[in-house]
Amino acid sequence: MTADGPRIAVIDHGAGNLVSMERALERVGAVPERIAIATDLDGFDGVVLPGVGATGSAMRTLRRTGIDDALVAHGRPMLAVCVGMQLLFEWSDEDDTACLGIVSGRVRPLDAMPLPHMGWNDVVGYGAFPGGPDPSGEQRNGPFYFVHSYAPEPADGTVIVGRTRYGSDEFASVVRSGDTIGAQFHPERSGSAGLRFLEAFTRSCSEAAHAA
Amino acid sequence: MLRRRLIPCLDVADGRVVKGTRFVDLTDEGDPVEMAERYAADGADEICFLDIAATPSGRTTMLDTVRRTAQNVFVPLTVGGGVRTVSGMRSVLRAGADKVAVNSAAVQRPRLIAACARAFGRQCVVVAIDARRSGASWTVHTHGGRVDLGIDALDWAARAARLGAGEILLTSMDRDGTNDGYDLGLLEAVRRRVDIPIIASGGAGTPEHLAEALEPGRADAVLAASIFHRDRYTVDAMKTELGVRGIPIRTPAA
Repeated sequence: MTADGPRIAVIDHGAGNLVSMERALERVGAVPERIAIATDLDGFDGVVLPGVGATGSAMRTLRRTGIDDALVAHGRPMLAVCVGMQLLFEWSDEDDTACLGIVSGRVRPLDAMPLPHMGWNDVVGYGAFPGGPDPSGEQRNGPFYFVHSYAPEPADGTVIVGRTRYGSDEFASVVRSGDTIGAQFHPERSGSAGLRFLEAFTRSCSEAAHAA
Repeated sequence: MLRRRLIPCLDVADGRVVKGTRFVDLTDEGDPVEMAERYAADGADEICFLDIAATPSGRTTMLDTVRRTAQNVFVPLTVGGGVRTVSGMRSVLRAGADKVAVNSAAVQRPRLIAACARAFGRQCVVVAIDARRSGASWTVHTHGGRVDLGIDALDWAARAARLGAGEILLTSMDRDGTNDGYDLGLLEAVRRRVDIPIIASGGAGTPEHLAEALEPGRADAVLAASIFHRDRYTVDAMKTELGVRGIPIRTPAA
């Protein structure tokens, strides 16, 4: 771990494994810090909203702790993973939950079997795909590790920078809106491909901090 | 395209990987953290630790093993053995596991499955079923295979899925340790009853065994232990063999 890497707040919404994300961020040179209550996120160079738990209980925890407003208001790069990515949207069909509304659109059930969609799958990346080798063209990335039964449907297709196919269903697996990135897969569980993705995010945190 | 998964399994007792015929003649095979790192570097799609001692002191040791594994292993980790409560499951997840396998406790108290799925999401809940053939069907065995409650394995798999299991880890007690191949009839019968992923376990001896278990209508993932011990096959070599047989699998070069 390098002490001078970007400080990244890892949001703890109460369920599951955060250790993997913290260790993976350290591996790519970041300094993660776990945040469980609303805090001044301006002190951080970036924010990670991890992907564990279910939508309803995660949103309840974010509201109770006041982190929901902090996430909407902070001006730093943010990476939201799996369920965390789904929380970025306005509404999720999982637990019929109103979410953060940082990205317009909704989250709907996957239309394929078996569910969850669990395992390693490809992402076809476009444009501003983090760490993508060629920002001008279309590229295959990964495979990355997925585990989910719902997927986002952005209202504005231009935020989609990665797509994945499962059975007959194709969904937005990576979105990017300003400094906010959402990934439906788990970069912290996707071996070296995932670490490259996290490294690109960490680099963007450093660059944003230096530009500020 | 979604790949099939190859999951090396390590039987762990008091912080060491052991091998043996279910609790007897155990031999020390090495450090679970080192072995998990080697498997992950070699292309394992997930790693599974089964705590076969599952004593109170062994469980504390297991949490430490999970924490140390998370330092260097960046593929999913499933931990099973001895988890009986929601708070027990929380401890294992908070230590750095992605999924927890429940077996005997879920059979005795099926509501445990629903409670864990509500607390952590169903993707974290693996229901492990030890099944032994009994006439035209299979029955569920618990407590490391020693207790037969006469429950039909297919009914139990369907019920576990309804209650919130994210995945079924399906072990054939008849094939476990034989190297004669997975019980394909069992895989097909459970596949017809559940629409969640199935991990096949028990009987792996050759690449052909893994390939036939991963055909459509059978399992989504294969778990194997002894086939990887002492480098009979490396994970990398096994995946190459599966690729040659037309199984969609993640190759280390990717």
